[in-house]
Amino acid sequence: MRIGTLKETYVADAALFDSRTQKVWLAVAAALLVLFPFMASDYWLYLACLVSINVASATGLNILTGYTGLVSLGQAAFMGLGAYTVAVLETKVGSPFVLNLLAGGFVAMLGGLIVGIPSLRVKGLYLAIATIAASFIAHFIFANWKFTGGTGGLSVPPATLFGLPLDTSFRLYWLIVPVTVLMLLGAANLFRTRVGRAFIAIRDRDISAEVLGIPLLRYKLLSFGLSSFYAGVAGGLWAYFFRVVTPESFPLLMSIFFLAAIIVGGMGSILGGILGAVFMTMVPELLKLVVDLLPGGSELTVFLSPVRTVIFGLLIIGFLVFEPHGLAEVWRRIRRFFHLWPFRN
Amino acid sequence: METTSSPLLQVDGVTLAFGGVKALTGVGFGVQPGSITAVIGPNGAGKTSLFNTISGFYKPASGAIRFKGEDITRVPAPQRAKMGLGRSFQNIALFRGMTVLDNIKLGRHAHLKTNVLDALLYIGRARREEAALRRDVEERIIDFLEIDHIRHAPVSALSYGLQKRVEMARALAMQPQILMLDEPVAGMNREETEDMARFILDVREEWGVTVLMVEHDMGMVMDLSDHVVVLNFGQVIAQGTPAEVQADPEVIRAYLGAGDVGDLRAKLQRAA
Amino acid sequence: MANFDWAYLFEISLTGIAGGGLYALAALAFVMVYKATRVVNIAIGEMLMAGAYLFFTFASMFALPLWLAIPAAVLGAGLLGAVIERTMIRPLLGEPPISVFMVTVGLASVLVGLVEMIWTADQRRLPDFMPTKPIMIGDAFLAPKVFWGAMIAVVFIAAVLLVFRFWRGGVALRATASDQAAAYSVGINVPRVFSLAWVASGMLAAISGIIVGSIGGISSSMGVFGLSVLVVVIVGGLDSVLGALIGGLLIGLIEALAGAYLGGEYKLLATFIVLVAVLLVRPYGLFGTHEIERL
Repeated sequence: MRIGTLKETYVADAALFDSRTQKVWLAVAAALLVLFPFMASDYWLYLACLVSINVASATGLNILTGYTGLVSLGQAAFMGLGAYTVAVLETKVGSPFVLNLLAGGFVAMLGGLIVGIPSLRVKGLYLAIATIAASFIAHFIFANWKFTGGTGGLSVPPATLFGLPLDTSFRLYWLIVPVTVLMLLGAANLFRTRVGRAFIAIRDRDISAEVLGIPLLRYKLLSFGLSSFYAGVAGGLWAYFFRVVTPESFPLLMSIFFLAAIIVGGMGSILGGILGAVFMTMVPELLKLVVDLLPGGSELTVFLSPVRTVIFGLLIIGFLVFEPHGLAEVWRRIRRFFHLWPFRN
Repeated sequence: METTSSPLLQVDGVTLAFGGVKALTGVGFGVQPGSITAVIGPNGAGKTSLFNTISGFYKPASGAIRFKGEDITRVPAPQRAKMGLGRSFQNIALFRGMTVLDNIKLGRHAHLKTNVLDALLYIGRARREEAALRRDVEERIIDFLEIDHIRHAPVSALSYGLQKRVEMARALAMQPQILMLDEPVAGMNREETEDMARFILDVREEWGVTVLMVEHDMGMVMDLSDHVVVLNFGQVIAQGTPAEVQADPEVIRAYLGAGDVGDLRAKLQRAA
Repeated sequence: MANFDWAYLFEISLTGIAGGGLYALAALAFVMVYKATRVVNIAIGEMLMAGAYLFFTFASMFALPLWLAIPAAVLGAGLLGAVIERTMIRPLLGEPPISVFMVTVGLASVLVGLVEMIWTADQRRLPDFMPTKPIMIGDAFLAPKVFWGAMIAVVFIAAVLLVFRFWRGGVALRATASDQAAAYSVGINVPRVFSLAWVASGMLAAISGIIVGSIGGISSSMGVFGLSVLVVVIVGGLDSVLGALIGGLLIGLIEALAGAYLGGEYKLLATFIVLVAVLLVRPYGLFGTHEIERL
């Protein structure tokens, strides 16, 4: 039973995984991640890839909304920018996927800056409204521009690694999961530095932050740009995974999905982003399962989509009212309970 | 020919207005390097507005602020922090989502160099900078203010007195040349006030920091300050040594209302 | 410019301004809540939709006569407003405003989903209840529904303006918004004021929704109207009733012009450009109060 840990150097104190127990768990998790694709069925591989993409995107949104306190409803739109960039580059240029993913990130980031520069000068809520508008504009552009294939969209050739096409869930797993892990690591690192602290300061008390030396507009734009970049890369992965990109692929509802993910998981916590994304990805799957099991289930499938919409909304409201720190907090409570276990009562 | 060295901070004829309300009118005074200067005055006199103007949060309608001889009236607030204007706030402005240590480290923000790419990678420049920062904060600030036992505590869990101390720590982390403290002992009991007074004196001695403070606690003001500036209704009505200001009839009238000034003066002199 | 069709321009402008009256009414519903509770209700478009669907249910599905169906729908929407306030807004009192804002996002999602579940996503028509004689102003043609809709909107806007100005409750509303603790201490029943604001907002949104639905039909994506309403309140000022009016007329005009001269798909683009322009030039809107922050 481990109540506290003793650190003897400052560097040790600042490490991400600080105790031996945590390091062991980390090794176990890594081993599981590596073994999983060899043991899982196609369906679970598909789910794992989807979860991973959602974790990546949710982490990006968490940086912006959870840590910096700026609400955005444009996550899907920026994913769309990344996805379309990848689609266009793969079909028209055929550049390597690493380049395409990075390009997707940058295009999305550019979109973010265009939306952010006017809206971030004022209160944070204007950003939210601007991102809703941006979602509609993005949809309009995707649907009406011949370059992006119009309403029919674009089909995406598979990413290739030294000539080997990544066209099965098993193969894509080895692209998607490591990229996601890198993105998670980056985000975790961010909050051990002055950049991350500045973001949190903006969320908690932005006017004081400025007097303490943080240029507000610059850091808000940085946060928004970074989160858009994350969305763009996630969108690029999405394009390689689903292999087709249409204007309807990234609706406003998807942005609400990601907002729900970080609220459910726990805003302002990397673990929260992971838990939330996993939870939210499973919800539609669970719904499908329930509908299949119910008698007369086949007629109920038409309700799947609206029920999903209602549930996303209820999750947002429910968690904000009852468990504002999300599943990550629930997890912390469980851990604390076990840590202190012999001392209870 | 000036016999004193030139002031570290010079406020010159500053006027600040919000719509029709004049918060400050023609405020001017100088802060000598290495001194402890107090700004006093009844509630609503404009003291915090003055601080906010010096910090760069408000733009004065007229007048100038000079720091180390340079006109900083148009310099944005984050830049002023980098130049050496440190600040604590009247109503504690700690960041509740961070621990004590992170709050303090945040004060150093303007002087650090890590950019977003360094931060994402962490290994390399960011880690070195963070380690150096941690060492510096621990050895010079946390030790000095005796808050090592709460370094990892979330600030929302601390008592008021400790929060005020963390505020001070964060202001020190800004590596200030002038430390502006807005009511540093507000709401503190006698023991806490004495501790804070000791810290302020030590800060001047060991760090060579100039102190400018807004304070209501007259004992503290009179004991610690070299120079006192008295504000009332946004104007400077007196300035000088604590003794001079204490005896000034305008000051007495501002605090105690018009009345028999002679009687009051005698009473104060007996009590002092 | 001899061949420029001024008559057409006039006609379009008239339609735009009339449509703007509807925006103004919906914007008023938004401002009502913001003025009283400082809450930004992203779901304003969805509440409008809810009102329209309630009317549809009472008038078409239950076949109630109009004089029953309309008040029933409006009251129902008011009830919805009260329920929303009690269950999801009041528990978040004291939390950072961003939390309540996200709750309204969730609310929008719930409302859209419910509408799709109960009435499906298909577009529906509302029963006609307005006079059908075409309105002619000079040579300009104005669709009767648009005209009468705007007239109804004007009546309600005027009523709300008078209420705010002269009724004690209007003052109470403003007092509660600026300082809850102070309002409590002078005896204002703050929770009741909050409820009242949301009830009134729901009812105004419903009236707006019924009119908008009568003109263009109802569907589960009606909430997109809300985006234009949000731009209206940003242009006019989040807490300004006058701003809601003028902003509404302005946006209505701009959208109509964009729609007529550039194409229907450009309406929203035009609105977005106005949004960006306003954010760059006058972020607090034409009449909004710029709150002075204190450090």
